[in-house]
Amino acid sequence: MMEFINFYLIPGLALGAIYALGAIGISMIFGILRFAHFAHGDVMTLGAYGTLTAVWLTGLHPLLALPAGIVLAVLAVLLADKIFYKPLRDLPTIYTVIASFGVALIIRSLVQLIWGSQNEVFIRGVQKPILLFDLIRVSLLHLESIAIIVMAALALHFFLTRTKTGRSMRAVSDNPELARVAGLDTEKVVRSTWIIGGSLAAIAGVLSGLDTNIQPNLGWNLILPMFAATILGGIGKPMGALLGGMVIGLIEELSAYPWITDEPLINPGYKTATAFLIMVILLIFRPQGLLKGRLL
Amino acid sequence: MDPVGLLFYLVAFLIAGGIYAILCLALNVQWGYGGLFNAGIAGFFAVGAYTSALLTAAPAQSHLGGFQLPVPVGILASALTAGITGWAVAKICIRLKSDYLAMASIGIAEILRMVIVNEDWLTNGSLGITNVPRPFDGLLQGREADLLFLAIVWLIVGGVYLICNRLYDSPWGRTLRAVRDNEDAARAVGKDVDAFRLQTFVIGAALMGIAGALSAHYFRFLSPEATEPLLITFLTWVMLMAGGSGNNKGAIVGALAVWAIWSMTEILTNRLPAEVATRSSYIRMLLIGLLLQFVLQKYRSGLIPERSPVFDKDQDKTHG
Repeated sequence: MMEFINFYLIPGLALGAIYALGAIGISMIFGILRFAHFAHGDVMTLGAYGTLTAVWLTGLHPLLALPAGIVLAVLAVLLADKIFYKPLRDLPTIYTVIASFGVALIIRSLVQLIWGSQNEVFIRGVQKPILLFDLIRVSLLHLESIAIIVMAALALHFFLTRTKTGRSMRAVSDNPELARVAGLDTEKVVRSTWIIGGSLAAIAGVLSGLDTNIQPNLGWNLILPMFAATILGGIGKPMGALLGGMVIGLIEELSAYPWITDEPLINPGYKTATAFLIMVILLIFRPQGLLKGRLL
Repeated sequence: MDPVGLLFYLVAFLIAGGIYAILCLALNVQWGYGGLFNAGIAGFFAVGAYTSALLTAAPAQSHLGGFQLPVPVGILASALTAGITGWAVAKICIRLKSDYLAMASIGIAEILRMVIVNEDWLTNGSLGITNVPRPFDGLLQGREADLLFLAIVWLIVGGVYLICNRLYDSPWGRTLRAVRDNEDAARAVGKDVDAFRLQTFVIGAALMGIAGALSAHYFRFLSPEATEPLLITFLTWVMLMAGGSGNNKGAIVGALAVWAIWSMTEILTNRLPAEVATRSSYIRMLLIGLLLQFVLQKYRSGLIPERSPVFDKDQDKTHG
């Protein structure tokens, strides 16, 4: 039982936190700008490398150096929106999807040009796990990830329900024409979406980098489970995406638990495939997601 | 460079360019005719490559099969398996907005890559499959064999081109473009929109499988790196957008033009000093990414824009 909690449940929640932070942004962008943002994973990568550089320069702990990564990721998405996405906004959104595919490649090749393609780590050496009540052994990072996602959930809920910008965002997501007629500043809403999406992506990138290592494909390898989380939560429902990310992360880790025999239920090499399987089942039976998101 | 070396550089260029031309024609059927976004081209390419390689290679302990079947059988089988894969993907999400198809197609490509790397008994994992034969092996040796293979590739390109053109002009193709340009109107006149889209996606996927098979036979060797998703999927998209979506001539011209840019930048970057050269391949990626953005914004109809068939009474025999 303790083994289940220590090696499957808590890592699952921590992985879920990474997916959730990415999926919130994807879901918001899908809801407000109406396209699947394929470059979101690479924004995460950029956030991780930005933070890494700040760690190199200042020697701070990666979580304290996070603002550097956030600034870099937000600048990147704002720039990408201005140069590459905005000129295509009057066309069918599928052109913007293609453009975001291109932006993913542009960010990745820039990362490889600037930082090279070797693996990097934030902190060298093995991190000792923390022992709680002599029973629960958790890594500090997993606790931090879970704490961050709880804070993010609270902040997001407050932002969406209590602030003017948050409420305008929900309005635009629910009915863009009505929102425009009502005089909401759509461009401002779009900008806020990118800032929030980019910031959360950078945090997710750093957490993922802390968990394993940092390399140029870090974010791209996570895009599939994050899309699955977005669909699971319902497009345009940030809180749903958060929940979806946690569920996908948990299922991925728990799928490797020896449920029936002594062998892992699913070969760990196929962990990501479980996310895809969930996505396929959702697309067949419930494409609007669990929280009744919009079916675009 | 000596003339013979240059000639065979050109041969290698045209073989790879021909394989990309088939991929580009296939994507044109899906995107140019049907408006369907496929982000998993590499996946269908890989299915085709592994099908044909396993069916035609010499028997080996390290992977499934090695059935030594004739190469044409392998190529036809690869079209079949890739088509079936395409059918499964399309069946699930064809009724949804195209973004969902994009997510699902990239998903299937990633899963297939995982299967190829993990299932040693089937594909010999990252070590790959050796002794994949070429058609008419043994007839010619060395560089002459490359010339023969070049001829075969471009014969197939020609065949695919004719089929695609026929599809475009046919009532089927016209209905498809009606679906692409105005889905509601097509539905209103009683066209089964989802069925047309499904068929388009399957035809495109099958053609991508053929391209994969040809590349396995060309290199005589197949490993997971040969189906690198980024390069194949991405280059094909840039080729089609630059060449002209909806136009088959444009697809071929785009494939050759972008492949020429890609190959020539390689020659240039190879001349850079060693410490810069290792990173220079990323500059090429960056340039291709920027090229795509430029085409999307300023040049959407491409080098040879789409031209709808003109109704000509004297030539039109099918409609009297």
